[in-house]
Amino acid sequence: MTKTTGTVFGVNGNMVTVDVEGDVSLNEVGYINVGDQKLKSEVIRIRGKQAEMQVFEQTGGIGVGDTVEFSGEMLAVELGPGLLGQVYDGLQNPLPQLAEQAGFFLKRGLYLDAIDKERSWEFTPKLEAGATVSAGDTIGTVPEGIFDHRIMVPFNISGEWTIKKLAPKGSYKVADTICQIEDEKGTTQDLNMIFEWPVKRAISLFEERYKPTEPMVTKVRMIDTFFPVARGGTYCIPGPFGAGKTVLQQITSRHAEVDIVIVAACGERAGEVVETLQEFPELTDPRTGRTLMERTVIICNTSSMPVASREASVYTAVTIAEYYRQMGLNVLLLADSTSRWAQAMREMSGRLEEIPGEEAFPAYLESVIASFYERAGVVRLKDGSFGSVTIGGTVSPAGGNFEEPVTQATLKVVGAFHGLSRERSDARKYPAIHPLESWSKYPSAINDELVAYCRDILLRGNEVSQMMKVVGEEGTSLEDFVLYQKSEFLDSAYMQQNSFDPVDGSVTIERQRHIFRILFDVLASEFDLHDKDNARSYFNQLRQIYLDYNTSEWESDAFKSREAELVKLIDEKRTGYDSTAEDIRNRVGSTVG
Amino acid sequence: MKKIYSRIEEIAGNVITVTAEDVRYSELALVTSGHGKSLAEVIRLRGNKVSLQVYSGGRGISTGDEVQFLGRPMQVSFSDNLLGRIFDGSGRPRDKGPTLEENLIEIGGPSVNPSKRIIPRNMIRTGIPMIDLFNTLVESQKLPIFSVSGEPYNELLSRIAMQAEVDLIILGGMGLKYDDFLFFRDTLEKGGAMDRTIFFVHTASDPVVECLMVPDISLAVAEKFALQGKRVLVLLTDMTNFADSLKEIAITMEQVPSNRGYPGDLYSQLAARYEKAVDFEGAGSITTLGVTTMPGDDVTHPVPDNTGYITEGQYYLRGGRIEPFGSLSRLKQMVNDTTRADHRGLMDGMIRLYANYKESVEKKSMGFRMSEWDQKLLRYGAFFEAKMMDLTVNIPLEEALDLGWEILAECFQSDETGLQSKLLDQFWPRKSTRDEQETA
Repeated sequence: MTKTTGTVFGVNGNMVTVDVEGDVSLNEVGYINVGDQKLKSEVIRIRGKQAEMQVFEQTGGIGVGDTVEFSGEMLAVELGPGLLGQVYDGLQNPLPQLAEQAGFFLKRGLYLDAIDKERSWEFTPKLEAGATVSAGDTIGTVPEGIFDHRIMVPFNISGEWTIKKLAPKGSYKVADTICQIEDEKGTTQDLNMIFEWPVKRAISLFEERYKPTEPMVTKVRMIDTFFPVARGGTYCIPGPFGAGKTVLQQITSRHAEVDIVIVAACGERAGEVVETLQEFPELTDPRTGRTLMERTVIICNTSSMPVASREASVYTAVTIAEYYRQMGLNVLLLADSTSRWAQAMREMSGRLEEIPGEEAFPAYLESVIASFYERAGVVRLKDGSFGSVTIGGTVSPAGGNFEEPVTQATLKVVGAFHGLSRERSDARKYPAIHPLESWSKYPSAINDELVAYCRDILLRGNEVSQMMKVVGEEGTSLEDFVLYQKSEFLDSAYMQQNSFDPVDGSVTIERQRHIFRILFDVLASEFDLHDKDNARSYFNQLRQIYLDYNTSEWESDAFKSREAELVKLIDEKRTGYDSTAEDIRNRVGSTVG
Repeated sequence: MKKIYSRIEEIAGNVITVTAEDVRYSELALVTSGHGKSLAEVIRLRGNKVSLQVYSGGRGISTGDEVQFLGRPMQVSFSDNLLGRIFDGSGRPRDKGPTLEENLIEIGGPSVNPSKRIIPRNMIRTGIPMIDLFNTLVESQKLPIFSVSGEPYNELLSRIAMQAEVDLIILGGMGLKYDDFLFFRDTLEKGGAMDRTIFFVHTASDPVVECLMVPDISLAVAEKFALQGKRVLVLLTDMTNFADSLKEIAITMEQVPSNRGYPGDLYSQLAARYEKAVDFEGAGSITTLGVTTMPGDDVTHPVPDNTGYITEGQYYLRGGRIEPFGSLSRLKQMVNDTTRADHRGLMDGMIRLYANYKESVEKKSMGFRMSEWDQKLLRYGAFFEAKMMDLTVNIPLEEALDLGWEILAECFQSDETGLQSKLLDQFWPRKSTRDEQETA
């Protein structure tokens, strides 16, 4: 089969117009020949005999008449064992290997294999010759880090096939043939351990998709207790610059209770990725005892790298996430930042001279964002096991104003919203999630009624504090003042965390449930406090002990003695229990989770 | 010799269009008109129609003027001969020195591979306490100075240029007032820093396209010096003018504007420049300080807003002082633990007390009674502003730290400062001046 070719007709920024001879499809990949370089590009519009392509490289030096070769394939990633621990650019080129070849700078037109073809893997067959298989079925496994990496029938094979030959247990390279399959017409096909999948198509080889309900524990109290994220769910973190979006994601990528984390650094600062790159191989994953890098894949297309591959990078990331989901694993994809991805779309849309929508974003912005987040989910696979992809994306709204198109389009499709506030980050409160504006539609690991009661205290306490700014402390009743103190206590002792403290930096769900009881006791009790100074000093005292309690090791002597101190202090002053809280308590019983 | 085209078909603003063959994207051309010669760069190809932006502007260009393509992209000469010289945005001398044409390098080169970056580790001393002590500048950092017109940001930059402990300064001026340009030149000459400085200056009266070239040309030269092992500090003023030039060209090219007329790729354009800041393992580094004037003192304006998302913190220059609130060097944590044991503690403690001082000032202005504590804070605030924040203060970090302790001891008892007892034991001045007076 002869491949379609073409010649360059025009260049405008990173968009090239090509006169095509033959058939060409949308999103097909082509290579522009400039001197001895081949520049990867993707067809984004076809008009008559002309195709418009976005080039994944700088376009300087391209001339009219340069030849173009089309590949006949859509933009795809390579899937197989050896993805974990890698650092890729947006097109799945391994960055460390690029550096070995090209030095400090990225070199135009240099593309490398995503998966190491020389490495050997211990293959264990799971089926036998004669078995009937279809796309996505596991034919064997290889150990990758702590996981059994399933070697599956390529997802793009259709129909039922019979295994003719299957390699015995042993050591193979990824490109070695390990299986031969035959369909009913007698055509045979050789399979090895890797295959390609087009990034812009979701992998949908599962039996059923479920509603996300299992909490995905991040070990950040404010998220797990108040604004939880479920496995297979979606959430977004919008915030102005400097509010700590990236920090929150970095911390989540360390502590989240999932099997695999895919970090997509999309159009942000390179310096921030460097920390992850250099620290992850040193840090131990407490769940497995191995380094964090062994459960992580980093897709890194920072702000100064070509814009078109930035657009591709989130798709590359989500495709790899879906691939591991097919192995019955829980995968978390962290995209930072989806605004930069949306801006990449806006740049291309502008070059295509499409009619602009709000703030010049393309009219299809919302549907593209929605279909990206919809690739998350918890699914039952054909073999009965469950896998999930959870997506958390940061949003960088222009001017910190959440009323802009990307934030609004994202809010429509996500299940939880962690809005960061400049005031809280300026006040050095971590996490800077705004407790009154944020929300989550997922169930908390702690009883929802109890949580709702606490949020109510926070809301009313905030009203009092607004009032106090006008009428002063003198004009506030003692009752209101105590309410205000309670809400401050909730904020400073429970919602805020010291991310530098080894204990307080990440809190298990078990511990959250435990310490929540005491928090609830404080919030729900009525105290014998005779004036405001008395109330202030009492709550300061409570807070001080609670903060020390937070930093004492779980179930250590210090932890227990501080808990006893807190209980004693509460009992000393308690005169009764708020009736609403009493009701909830009776209904819920002693279990908070 | 390449063919000369003598028919310009379209002239719109600074962009001209000719019909030509065998032209490459980003290639340079020489436009010869009645007013002299100018370089022009190919910014769009469509069949045989070639659009170029003319560096010296479109004004006065005639349809009959000559265009000759040069077959190469924009380049700049690179050698030690650049030191002490002043050039314009397209690399022509602005001083009386000779034109440099040896060892040409391309500008706007590729991005650094993120996996080759290293975690920043060296502080750059400037002798300005508000920077060294409170928001340390770190090698390979990119920081903007957010300011408004009228503030002494150029004075600040020139002081940093003279005092910063780096090997080389590259000053990129964009839309500079001619007076400001002279000010920079004279100050650096007088201060004896000229021989380690290179100027690329576009003044307000120069053609707008040259403004666009300044950051690229400055950073390309900086990159080469850094690869030779030099620690380079690039000072860019004012990036808002750069963004406005981008806007102007984009509108001329009939691009769809996104926010307040700026092109949709403003973020990428700014990031491509700022991200050049880097520390090369085994070689030198580039650190970038850029002035961004905020139109209407509005930080949500697209230029400061996009800049804030790109850079690693920011300095706010207001009322002739670097504001302690809002200003932030995100990389300071990487270096300020190894300077001196009291650096972090003193930094946090002094800022906390200054915040309390601000509250007291507010209370005072609302007519509330001042408590004894308020009086102490007021005294402290006045000292802090006069001795630390004033931009003329010029002392090394260690002296600044000592000064900090002195100011605290002058105003407070040691236990009022909220600093860790460990630090107080070690650093609290044993005998403050006040004690001496009392004993006397």
